[in-house]
Amino acid sequence: MRVALFLTCVNDTLYPDTGRAVVKLLTRLGVEVDFPMAQTCCGQAHYNTGYRHEAEPLAVKFSDVFRDYEAIVTPSGSCGAMVRELYPRMGERARAEGRGDALAATLAPVVPKTYELTEFLVDVLGVTDVGAYYPHKVTYHPTCHGLRGLGLGDRPRRLLQAVKGLELAELPGAEECCGFGGTFALKNSDVSAAMGVDKVRNAESTGAEVLCAADNSCLMHIGGTMARLRVGMRPVHIAEILASTEEEPLA
Amino acid sequence: MSGTYLGMPAFPAAAHEAVRDRTLRGNLRHATHTIRAKRAKAVAEVSDWAALREAGRQIKDHTLRHLDRYLVQLEESVTAAGGVVHWAADADEANRIVAELVRATGESEVVKVKSMATQEIGLNEALEAEGIRAYETDLAELIVQLGKDRPSHILVPAIHRNRGEIRDIFRSEMAEWGRPAPEGLTDTPAELAEAARLHLREKFLRAKVGISGANFMVAETGTLVVVESEGNGRMCVTLPETLISVVGIEKIVPTWRDLEVFLQTLPRSSTAERMNPYTSTWTGTTDEDGPNTFHLVLLDNGRTDTLADQVGRQALRCIRCSACLNVCPVYERAGGHAYGSVYPGPIGAILSPQLRGTQSEIDASLPYASSLCGACYEVCPVAIDIPEVLVHLRERVVQGGPVTRGGNKVVLRPAKGHAAERAAMRASRWAFGHPGVLRTGQRLASRSRRFLPRTLPGPGRAWSASRDLPQVPAEPFRDWWQRTRGGKDGGDGK
Ligand code: SF4
Repeated sequence: MRVALFLTCVNDTLYPDTGRAVVKLLTRLGVEVDFPMAQTCCGQAHYNTGYRHEAEPLAVKFSDVFRDYEAIVTPSGSCGAMVRELYPRMGERARAEGRGDALAATLAPVVPKTYELTEFLVDVLGVTDVGAYYPHKVTYHPTCHGLRGLGLGDRPRRLLQAVKGLELAELPGAEECCGFGGTFALKNSDVSAAMGVDKVRNAESTGAEVLCAADNSCLMHIGGTMARLRVGMRPVHIAEILASTEEEPLA
Repeated sequence: MSGTYLGMPAFPAAAHEAVRDRTLRGNLRHATHTIRAKRAKAVAEVSDWAALREAGRQIKDHTLRHLDRYLVQLEESVTAAGGVVHWAADADEANRIVAELVRATGESEVVKVKSMATQEIGLNEALEAEGIRAYETDLAELIVQLGKDRPSHILVPAIHRNRGEIRDIFRSEMAEWGRPAPEGLTDTPAELAEAARLHLREKFLRAKVGISGANFMVAETGTLVVVESEGNGRMCVTLPETLISVVGIEKIVPTWRDLEVFLQTLPRSSTAERMNPYTSTWTGTTDEDGPNTFHLVLLDNGRTDTLADQVGRQALRCIRCSACLNVCPVYERAGGHAYGSVYPGPIGAILSPQLRGTQSEIDASLPYASSLCGACYEVCPVAIDIPEVLVHLRERVVQGGPVTRGGNKVVLRPAKGHAAERAAMRASRWAFGHPGVLRTGQRLASRSRRFLPRTLPGPGRAWSASRDLPQVPAEPFRDWWQRTRGGKDGGDGK
């Protein structure tokens, strides 16, 4: 199977390790991975901040870049939700504005083929034990767009539970938002920070060494808060844990 | 809407204070988490919740689509049952109508059932200006009124107060409004409730005029439906000689059968009860019992403008259960007052800027008072996609566009203060349209990474004031990919 990696602009620029982990993991599972170099950004930040018209050309570009692949895999719940949930809505809105079906027709092909990483592993590849080894105590934060947008359910937890050596600690208040929310973190910084602190305190109470999630944007916010509070915990993307093996452990 | 909250600072400024108030945050956290857990249990008991939710959504959408027809039908049935219908286009008109109706009775005191519509129009203040005193009879509303405070929650207006604060308010304020608090009042719930009961009983027995809102109005019979927990509302709609009800035009349900759905979903969503302790239905007037005069004031106040908006109109499905407030992490930290309206929380963030327009500072900031986490949508018993409407209203704020105000189509200009953001969004869209530009930017960042600060200047300062920024990596992914083709061509593939 040949799939396209949609890494997202944030991961590409700030978290290349996550991208390398996805490549390593999928290759190990027998998947041929391609990274179309023309990819950039899905338009989520533009759309969510109220710039739908700026997001549209990015969505069209996304479709141009990815439409011919069998499947598109992304290690980001929120960018996955952007494509799957909001691209169809952008098409509907364009139609309602009397601009015809062109946008909807352009975006339609990529919508059903786009998978968040854990979804792809469990639903498409049908694996929960990916042969990973990670001897640490980990707590899992289900990010909002993964949880409520894509409905990832317990897929990430099942994957983590199958990791050799990993001890999974339940996170109190797991389903509460960490307070990132893209531009929300800037526009409502006080509330965002207060939410972040509560998330970190809850994570701390589990005694875990690592907080894991399926979206680096949330991890950036949580990790930045951890660093500021000098909490002895690390944020790690789930792809990096799943890519870690006894031969090649995650540093 | 009422002028009560005009001049409010934008949401972030109002929230700034609330986030620092430890008592407030403690009160809110305790209250919302308790009710949240109870609601989840009450909802889980119902095997067909999803179907009920969908039915509620459909009934409301159908009614809104044919609102003109149902409003006429409602007027006919209320009139046939002996009531009088008045139409109010805005808050001023509604207040004027109610004040005239009260004055016509010769009374200068009224008792009130807790009602969002009358708070929305600032009725108490308007009556006060006419020399008419309105007594709130809902316990929490009484606390707010005595405390010269504002409600901060739809269902539990005094949610921001703890028992000790309530005792202090009763002790110092009750005498001024009627029967004083009993000597040596403590902060036990039973004693507080008894003090309120004695105080209110006097009012109920004396009042000749009652004012209410309604949770629903049944079009086929002209029936007013009030659901509540304390029974004080029932006293208000049955004891006085004259009943005046101020009801938003979106409160209609076509038939009695439709109530079946909402009388299941509303209590479970709001108080986590299987059924409301008091459900009062009242149709017109009779000679034997209850008020012999009934006036229904149907309130628009921005609702038909809201109805004209294809995306935003779903806010009118709201049955004011407040479940969205109780799960909202932003509401929990910012408190209800920060929303600058009687409608706080997620529903307030989408309703106020539609009813009032997005011109004021507070209204332009409300669509951003959310991290779009989606918890509100998940719990909403009429499936209002609050995040969708928030994003839609953000678009209105930053880009302007066609809206309906006062029944007229107008084209809004973008709100002030977004020029820099708009430029940044355009620039980044342009850069993302050209992968080469993105790459150059990434490389520049990588090369200068050792000199990049961990805190940001300008608008980013708010972020880095409380969080550390990640370090820019030495090599962006796409460079690694190109160098190694995914680790195959000689790269270290780490
Ligand atoms: S928006 Fe939905 S959840 Fe919020 S108060 Fe209205 S009906 Fe309840």
